[in-house]
Amino acid sequence: MTVLPKRLYLFYRQGFRSMVVGRSLWKIIAIKLFIIFAVLKLFFFQNYLENNFNSERERAGHVLENLTGPSPH
Amino acid sequence: MGDQILTTVDWARAQFALTAMYHWIFVPLTLGLSFLVAFFESIYVKTGNDEWRKLTKFWMTLFGINFAIGAATGIILEFQFGTNWSNYSWMVGDIFGAPLAIEGIFAFFLEASFFAVMFFGWHKVSKRFHLFSTWMVAVGSNLSAVWILVANGWMQFPTGMSFNPDKARFEMQNFWDIALSPVAVQKFTHTTSSAFLLASLFVVGISGLFLLQKRHQKMAQRSMVVAAVLGLVASVFVAFNGDESAFHIAQRQPMKLAAMEGLYYGQEKAPVVALGIINSSKKPGDNLPAFHQELKIPGLLSLMANRKVDSFVPGINDLVYGNAERNIVGAQQRMVSGKIAVAELTNYKGAKEKGDAAAAASALERFNQHKEDLGYGYLDSPAQAAPPVAITFYAFRVMVGLGTLFPLIFLLVLYSAYRGTLEGQRWLNRACFACLFLGYVAQQAGWVVAEVGRQPWAIQGLLPVGVASTKLAASNVQATFFMFLALFTALLLAEIRIMMKQIKIGPEA
Repeated sequence: MTVLPKRLYLFYRQGFRSMVVGRSLWKIIAIKLFIIFAVLKLFFFQNYLENNFNSERERAGHVLENLTGPSPH
Repeated sequence: MGDQILTTVDWARAQFALTAMYHWIFVPLTLGLSFLVAFFESIYVKTGNDEWRKLTKFWMTLFGINFAIGAATGIILEFQFGTNWSNYSWMVGDIFGAPLAIEGIFAFFLEASFFAVMFFGWHKVSKRFHLFSTWMVAVGSNLSAVWILVANGWMQFPTGMSFNPDKARFEMQNFWDIALSPVAVQKFTHTTSSAFLLASLFVVGISGLFLLQKRHQKMAQRSMVVAAVLGLVASVFVAFNGDESAFHIAQRQPMKLAAMEGLYYGQEKAPVVALGIINSSKKPGDNLPAFHQELKIPGLLSLMANRKVDSFVPGINDLVYGNAERNIVGAQQRMVSGKIAVAELTNYKGAKEKGDAAAAASALERFNQHKEDLGYGYLDSPAQAAPPVAITFYAFRVMVGLGTLFPLIFLLVLYSAYRGTLEGQRWLNRACFACLFLGYVAQQAGWVVAEVGRQPWAIQGLLPVGVASTKLAASNVQATFFMFLALFTALLLAEIRIMMKQIKIGPEA
């Protein structure tokens, strides 16, 4: 029962260990994902409606307010 | 305050455009090169010739580099929805949720699981299973494209939904109307076939470089022939579904088509402007000439738009001010209807707040009579319904011009290969290398046509970009714009550097 998961694990482990170009790429991927999720998402791209309103009703109300308020043009 | 909001919208637009354009540097090569690699490996498995295995692994490495650098760059677009485009994000959440969820769950996992076999599985799994995995990566990559293009197709031609005034959002009524919308289907076929074209140019270009450097010549010639065949087939598809595009745009986004051709005055036997210099001072309704210079092909636009060479194609002026003779309701009239829709939505909101059910029902009934023109109710002037004409016009010409050049290059490559003279044709190999970069230019130009041409709409006819955006300070958006510029430029430079290193090493590594 545990043979297949073990084989899969060894397959991936051996694959990652034998990478050459892949090592550099994974470093870039790791840095990129860190910047995207730990910096950009956390500090610069918070969800406006999630952060400023507590319920779906409030969010809908805010959007409806924008749709029925004065034109921004 | 109005100016500040306008500036915020422009920065938000610029930021989205920057992110999308950088994302679109990586994605088409992934879509197309995945299939080319699958073809190369199929030849290896069929022939058993180890040279084809080395060739496959070389292009697979470049595919992997591009995939790794490009992966997750699209997520930033999703972040921007929530921050810069909160009204839009809320309103389309029910529509986009299903397609993008399917993309994430199905296509990504299909792709990611077989990806490991493709890269780690050489000599560990059977040839057939490895080949199957390579094809699954290709299929998975392209399936990912389906759903995002369904979402974009819906923005261009909203269908299969209804507007819920209580929740202020569009709600999906028919998934298949959205998924199989003719605009979505056409967008997918045109985008993926253009991606195959780009990947073919990529392989032909780098192979041309190898021939110029007199390195890996046999591999280069083999690669060039296969890529040129796929590129030629893809070129035919691109031309065919590009023509379909024009037909669909004529039916559903006639203003975009008019902008693509700089057509201000509608006419029968409407021409295509093969080449022209747009008068950038020209505005809808004025008496200035549309062009400083133009070279026209009479009747061709009518043929493309309506499949009849003498049919009428409306111009920007018709679509802005209307044309009673041609039964064209212009933006001017639609604004009247749209403002009623906005007013009745306001009345409905007020009546609901007061608990006046009768007034709410009455307002809703009147809103429903005018809701198709809701977006026009937010415009200040009819001329705002026209997109930037010069950008749309020139981008279209760049795309079509280059799209006409590429099949010629592929034909020349195949002819030279047939004659056995491919190695020595230095001018052709230089041209192939140059076309590698021109392919990217054509890709970007195509999206500029699609997205600038749909302005001012975030959702065609229903939501202008200005209303879609969040009311943020412009400085917030400015700061992240420059951060993205730095981040994406760094990623692109990293990709170029790593790819050049692998190209220098070649398939013998």
